[in-house]
Amino acid sequence: MAMNSTPSASGPAISLKSISRHYGAITAVDNVSLEIAAGGFVALVGLSGSGKSTLLKMINRLVDPSAGEVLIADENVEAFDPHVLRRRIGYVFQNIGLFPHMTIARNIAIGLELAGQKNGDRDGRQERVAELLELVELPQEMANRMPHQLSGGQQQRVGVARALATRPGLMLMDEPFGALDPVTRDSLAGQYKALHEKLGLTTIIVTHDMAEALYLADRILVMEDGQIKADATPAELLSGGVGDEAEALVAIPRAQAAHLIALGQTDGRKST
Amino acid sequence: MTEAWKQAFTRVPELLAAHVQLSFSALLLAMALCLPLAIWAARTPKVAAVILGFASLIQTIPALALLALFYPVLLGLSALLGGGISALGFLPALLALTLYALLPILRNAVTGLTGVAPAAKQAADGLGMTAAQKLRLVEAPLAAPTIMAGIRTAAVWTIGAATLSTTVGQASLGDLIFAGLQTQNWTLVLTGCFASAGLAIIVDLLLGLIERAIRERRKIIAWGATAVIGIGLAIALLPALGGRGDVVVIGAKGFSEQFILARLIGSRLEKAGYQVRYHDGLGSAVVFQAVAADDIDIYVDYSGTIWTNQMKRTDPVPADDMVREIAKWSASKYGVTMLGALGFENTYAFAVRPEDAASKQLKTLDDLARVSSDFAFGTDLEFLERPEWAMVKAAYPIEFKEARSFNPTFMYPALSSGEVDVISAFSSDGRIAANGFVVLEDGKGAVPSYEAMLLVAPRRSGDDKFVNAIKPLVGAITVENMREANYKVDRETDKQSPRQAARWLDEQLKDGKDQ
Ligand SMILES: Nc1ncnc2c1ncn2[C@@H]1O[C@H](COP(=O)(O)OP(=O)(O)OP(=O)(O)O)[C@@H](O)[C@H]1O
Ligand SMILES: [Mg+2]
Repeated sequence: MAMNSTPSASGPAISLKSISRHYGAITAVDNVSLEIAAGGFVALVGLSGSGKSTLLKMINRLVDPSAGEVLIADENVEAFDPHVLRRRIGYVFQNIGLFPHMTIARNIAIGLELAGQKNGDRDGRQERVAELLELVELPQEMANRMPHQLSGGQQQRVGVARALATRPGLMLMDEPFGALDPVTRDSLAGQYKALHEKLGLTTIIVTHDMAEALYLADRILVMEDGQIKADATPAELLSGGVGDEAEALVAIPRAQAAHLIALGQTDGRKST
Repeated sequence: MTEAWKQAFTRVPELLAAHVQLSFSALLLAMALCLPLAIWAARTPKVAAVILGFASLIQTIPALALLALFYPVLLGLSALLGGGISALGFLPALLALTLYALLPILRNAVTGLTGVAPAAKQAADGLGMTAAQKLRLVEAPLAAPTIMAGIRTAAVWTIGAATLSTTVGQASLGDLIFAGLQTQNWTLVLTGCFASAGLAIIVDLLLGLIERAIRERRKIIAWGATAVIGIGLAIALLPALGGRGDVVVIGAKGFSEQFILARLIGSRLEKAGYQVRYHDGLGSAVVFQAVAADDIDIYVDYSGTIWTNQMKRTDPVPADDMVREIAKWSASKYGVTMLGALGFENTYAFAVRPEDAASKQLKTLDDLARVSSDFAFGTDLEFLERPEWAMVKAAYPIEFKEARSFNPTFMYPALSSGEVDVISAFSSDGRIAANGFVVLEDGKGAVPSYEAMLLVAPRRSGDDKFVNAIKPLVGAITVENMREANYKVDRETDKQSPRQAARWLDEQLKDGKDQ
């Protein structure tokens, strides 16, 4: 796979060709075609049940499309053994899915273990774990804890670290920061964005937080009923005219911001 | 009392070792079968339904019946493959117990594997694990505590059910229980129960410790408990390395007379320099096949039993002719030597209480037929299924009010206490005379004759030293002596062990013969 070909962007280009996924009568993804450039940072937003996770899972074959095909760096994903394909793609699960019987360190390093870094490389693995814990802002002493000894938000950060461990060129992240407090969330999003740019990754992130999408991504896709209803840059989205669905989603953070500003002004007036 | 306990306990180590060997072999075999099946079943729900259904079905078969079923199955298999498979002893016991252990292991393994959190399974896929890696790194460790709990249940069941393997001729702690039950030696019964229950409890505790250690991921405890089990197994397996050597195995069915005669034969052989072991409690269907297959070297059977059960004959023949024909048949068909009749008969005798005999004027089976609709019938466990019962019914119009089966030990008290009104007693049983029971005459000769006779396995037939050591017993035992010897073991008070009774019987023989 030519994922690491372009020098400026180590991440691959992705191409979805008319993919659909049906579950009985339900159409989770409805004939979506999409080109994502190498090194792109795409945010996928949309209401609950609109098909975001399904779309993401079709890229690394956790879900097989009912119709259509997925190309990564111009190669059909069907051409690879699923486990070979998936080892080169970082995936952060919406429900985290840490292995409850493994320490945090082993959870993070499991991808390296699978890639065949044996005991000889244990030092290398330990270093990588330390590096990743720092990146996701977790204390080093957590390495030896078990997942159930961590808070939900801490677990979520371990999930992100685990996905990054093997240095994949393509990152698929399903609400990676959903359980975090706004402060950590903002800091982590910033860190990730820097990493994305430094390494030239291709990233697709699912989020319910429009503000986060606007801040992180260079392209925002709005999904509804399995279809992509809007496809725009943050600037285009904010200036309006890209469709009602997008408008509705942007309206909320905008209204909240206005409310906060107004609140700040009244408070200010009271205290003086 | 203490002497009785001491005697019972001397047999424990050997039987305990056999018990451990058997139950752990069955458990290991069941695990080897179940784990791959469970993995398959966990991936394919339809397979799970079929396999678990089958295992549950087996579980509904009583363990005793399952053991008995393997005997004909293995015999058939052996015939199909041209011999070489022993239908008795270790193999049938192992197979039956293995089947019995399947359900708990399978059910827990399938539950454990299917119960692994979907999030963890999806993460395993998403990280690029192959199916094998997923099983090894995620599914197996997460299912391990549940699987271990299943193995623990199976271990306890197997250790308990292994006591029943006595009936197919496999030594186990059940030997003590069955022998004790027959001779009303409660010390023996209790010793067998305590030993097997103790074994089950210890194994349960150790496996429970391992289960908890796995659940809490405490490796040292898990390995420690495993090591203790391993050491116990190693100790139990040591004697197995010795092999059988030139030990004579003397078979006996499950009642006192058989135990006594086996000891009598054994003492003669020991005097001739043989090492002797006893295989007590063999079912009457099983024991003849055992001697034919050289699994046992010698035992005592009764002419009528061979005649009806093995030769499938129902025609009435004079006693002497019957013995002669049996000798010819067993030698030509199985190479089993009929060494001779011991000199007494142990036939089925219908016995009633003396009061009834007097008040209802019961003397013969015809008289019994007259009152049979008011009578409750007590029998041993097999009589109602035996051809002799069919022969009696064909000759006399007997129709009992009800029929109940007892362990022979309890049959006599049941008649005394009035629970039943007539029993199918044994004519050489000392308890008939001791209780004053009246034996009804079989005027029509419906029940065949039951001469006690010595049957010798093919591999000992040419062994002159062996044959000469036993030969003096032929024709040497009177029914009076046999009854008295039986009574010494069977009576309620001042009971003797079969060995003591055999010694007494031996002395009577010498008195009668040598002087
Ligand atoms: N395995 C499945 N079987 C049946 N229906 C499914 C399955 N997975 C998803 N669906 C359905 O497909 C639709 C899209 O689901 P998907 O998980 O992609 O939504 P989503 O956009 O990720 O929602 P959320 O924001 O709540 O995570 C939903 O209606 C869902 O019920
Ligand atoms: Mg989702």
